[in-house]
Amino acid sequence: MARITMTVDATEYTDEVEPRTLLVHHLRDALGLTGTNVGCDTSSCGACTVLVDGLSVKSCTMLAVQADGREVLTIQGLADTWDGDALHPLQQAFHEAHALQCGYCTPGMIMASLDLLRDNPDPSAEEVRHGLEGNLCRCTGYQNIVTAVRSAGVAIRQGSPTPATEGVPA
Amino acid sequence: MTIAPDRPTDVGGIGTSPLRKEDAHLITGQTSWTDNIQAAGMLTMAFVRSPMAHARITSIDTSEAESSPGVVAVFTGAELLDECPSLPCAWPVTEDMKLPAHPPMAVGTVRHAGEPVAVVVARDRYAAVDAAEKVVVDYDPLPAVIDLEDALRDDVVLHEDLGTNKSYFFSMPTGADVDETFAKADVVVKRRFLQQRLLPTPLEPRATACLASPASGDFTLYSSTQVPHILRLMLAATTGIPEQKIRVIAPDVGGGFGSKLQVYGEEVVSVLVARRLGKPVKWTETRSESFLTMHHGRGQIQDIEIAATREGRLLGLKVDLIADMGAYLMLVTPGIPVLGAFMFPAIYKMDAYRFNCTGVFTTKTPTDAYRGAGRPEATFAIERIMDELAVELDMDPLELRRMNWIRHEEFPYETVAGLTYDSGNYEAATERALELFDMEALRREQEERRARQDPVQLGIGISTFTEMCGLAPSRVLGNLSFGSGGWEAATVRVLATGKVQVVTGTSPHGQGHETCWSQIVSSRLGIPFEDIEVLHGDTAVSPMGLDTYGSRSLAVGGIALERATQKVLEKAKRLAAHLLEAAEEDIQVEGGTFSVAGSPSASKTFQELAMAAFVAHDYPEGMEPDLTGHAVYDPENFSYPHGTHLCAVEVDTETGRTTIRRYVAVDDVGSVINPQIVEGQVHGGLAQGIAQALYEGAVYDEDGNLVTGTLVDYLVPGPPDLPEFTTDRTETPAHNDLGVKGVGEAGTIASTPAVVNAVVDAVRHLGVQDVEMPCTPERVWRAIQAGREEARR
Repeated sequence: MARITMTVDATEYTDEVEPRTLLVHHLRDALGLTGTNVGCDTSSCGACTVLVDGLSVKSCTMLAVQADGREVLTIQGLADTWDGDALHPLQQAFHEAHALQCGYCTPGMIMASLDLLRDNPDPSAEEVRHGLEGNLCRCTGYQNIVTAVRSAGVAIRQGSPTPATEGVPA
Repeated sequence: MTIAPDRPTDVGGIGTSPLRKEDAHLITGQTSWTDNIQAAGMLTMAFVRSPMAHARITSIDTSEAESSPGVVAVFTGAELLDECPSLPCAWPVTEDMKLPAHPPMAVGTVRHAGEPVAVVVARDRYAAVDAAEKVVVDYDPLPAVIDLEDALRDDVVLHEDLGTNKSYFFSMPTGADVDETFAKADVVVKRRFLQQRLLPTPLEPRATACLASPASGDFTLYSSTQVPHILRLMLAATTGIPEQKIRVIAPDVGGGFGSKLQVYGEEVVSVLVARRLGKPVKWTETRSESFLTMHHGRGQIQDIEIAATREGRLLGLKVDLIADMGAYLMLVTPGIPVLGAFMFPAIYKMDAYRFNCTGVFTTKTPTDAYRGAGRPEATFAIERIMDELAVELDMDPLELRRMNWIRHEEFPYETVAGLTYDSGNYEAATERALELFDMEALRREQEERRARQDPVQLGIGISTFTEMCGLAPSRVLGNLSFGSGGWEAATVRVLATGKVQVVTGTSPHGQGHETCWSQIVSSRLGIPFEDIEVLHGDTAVSPMGLDTYGSRSLAVGGIALERATQKVLEKAKRLAAHLLEAAEEDIQVEGGTFSVAGSPSASKTFQELAMAAFVAHDYPEGMEPDLTGHAVYDPENFSYPHGTHLCAVEVDTETGRTTIRRYVAVDDVGSVINPQIVEGQVHGGLAQGIAQALYEGAVYDEDGNLVTGTLVDYLVPGPPDLPEFTTDRTETPAHNDLGVKGVGEAGTIASTPAVVNAVVDAVRHLGVQDVEMPCTPERVWRAIQAGREEARR
């Protein structure tokens, strides 16, 4: 067993873990943070995407011990990173644009989008599609996800808690 | 480009797009997927699965696994056999259908790779998986049976007691004599199309969590299922546990697409193990496990023959299918191709039709419902062969369709397959699709590219589809030997404060019923959208229901809700009349206010009436003090969505790569409750239909290994693989109280042939008549090479 300390969603946790424990299983099973989902076993679907030290990571590809001393952000802590409103602009934009149906891919999709918008705050539709190619959605056909990410980009650039859908060219 | 949904200010009523009630917990991670369920002392299961497609089990040694750290128990298939001898098949399509026993875990023989042979129960998921690897199973290999036509030769028989791999032969000749009709036809076109197997792949894999109280005999099974009610009934029927002692809960469910319309062995084993151990147990599959054992879709060889006059009038259609059942018959496995039987004639008028289908066992994962279930296969074959017939007749493919489709003034129309289409307007949908597509410009560009022998060629594909959904009239299902009815139930409970709980028998897993059902009730009772809560997916809360599949939830469950709401309205009116001392027929209802005609100041709000019913101090003689409305609706007919989909593709003739250039979908799903949700359903449907055309296919090698066993090998399209869709609707109301039709499967059914027709159209001048699905770059390239080869000879 290894002793690790990590900050997840602004809370510090110290635990004994088996060295082989995947980060996603540690989040879900040990810390009870079940907002992050597992959709595959080959790092293909991106449902488990979280941020580690600000970069998006598929948490099924990383061991919990590799996150020792690092800062992890999951969908459950996202809203708290944004001032002034209950939801982060990406969450609000996914809601407004109907960018989710069953919602299982959504946590990973939103966290991957967060990293994408940090790299490229004003992506074209094409850039969003390529930026999210590691994330699968089986329900939406992606079109509304593209719309949501771009409109969240507008909101984040404006520092506004409400995304401006009309600001995004069709 | 997309047509933005209107969002008027009075959101929440029918025809508006309020933001979904479902979203709040999904976008914040406050979810309750089955794998999130925890209980004190909960154990985890891991299954030991066959690595072979077909083998006799000579021994199973569980001793090392049993002594592995954290292990509580190990059970083999044989040990649990008495408690559930066979999983259910609810659709014996013929009287003499061969139905093999299907134990939840294999006993004696394994018949597909991934079939469970034992289950390990341990204190956590890592310990369970470790121990599962220590179960030693000796197999005596038997030959795999992969090819459908080989299987029918019975050289190797999967189920020895049945003596044959042929499960059934279903035949449905309708209309005029088919052979005579074909004999006198000017033109006959015959084709063989292959429907590859598909892996449904909902993003949430299957999971179960079972809480057991052996002392009282109560079981609560959480499962990632589309069908909690059917599952409860089938658990009772197969295990002998009394139905009232079983509670099934479908909590948040991450997609289904038909794959969770099933009674899986793992679900049954969860209950049996919880009963044996008296402890809560859970199980969550991996994606690779899912691909091997969650049922597959499609899997047919389609021989189709169409007869027409020289002028292009259709005369008759012959269809001969060989349908891959896989190793066993699961819940509705044999019925899937039979559902397709009614859809091959599609929107076309013809005199004679004969449908034959042979169901055959192979050493592969069982097939069953996948988005469209029988109708995509049929629609693909008819829409593909219409294009081939158009070439044979030297006609425009759209003109050929126009000449033969049912005209809007001919509805209701009884088709040659015996269905009565209640409504439709194929002209209007086609007209709108052509406007959005700009057909003329694309045809011009196609000619130019051909003329200059551009390496990138343009192709245009058409699909003027219809489908039957909204399963279904119970009497019709009875005539088809289906083991259940097709009604749906709804209850509208009025609470003391005037808030409302809707109890629905439908079981959503992404469709947005909470939002849409609230809209229906809000519109009818005039109460705020926010005042309505929709309860579903728990047999203890919603005891009556037949669940969600076959695009039935709105077209059947929505009508049940409409009727239950009308009953509430009637009761409220009666109570209002009594309290206002007026005649019931004088009560007017507007915006949630019940007033007396001619004296608008005499009124009661819905909330006041709810409280009056609750306190029950003063109510009419003969009336019970309660405003609850309950209804069970059994539809008289299916619903028949239709539409016209147009697809333009660019095919790089040097690499074989296909890129969708433009996709226009105009769907007619009747009246619409929530336009934004309808558009979302169409988008998702298109994605899956396009995926069948271009990307997905489950591949087995000759030994019966699933080669596409992970998401690395099986190409579920990602964001860059799909185009921007242009969607619009026409609205031809259906026969039911709300005028609605189903929408969940339409996009999938329509799009596959539109795309493949476009691919073939792009390279037909190079000698290509067909490209097998999925139309991968390699297949398209090879088809072009073969066409050129043919031309040289």
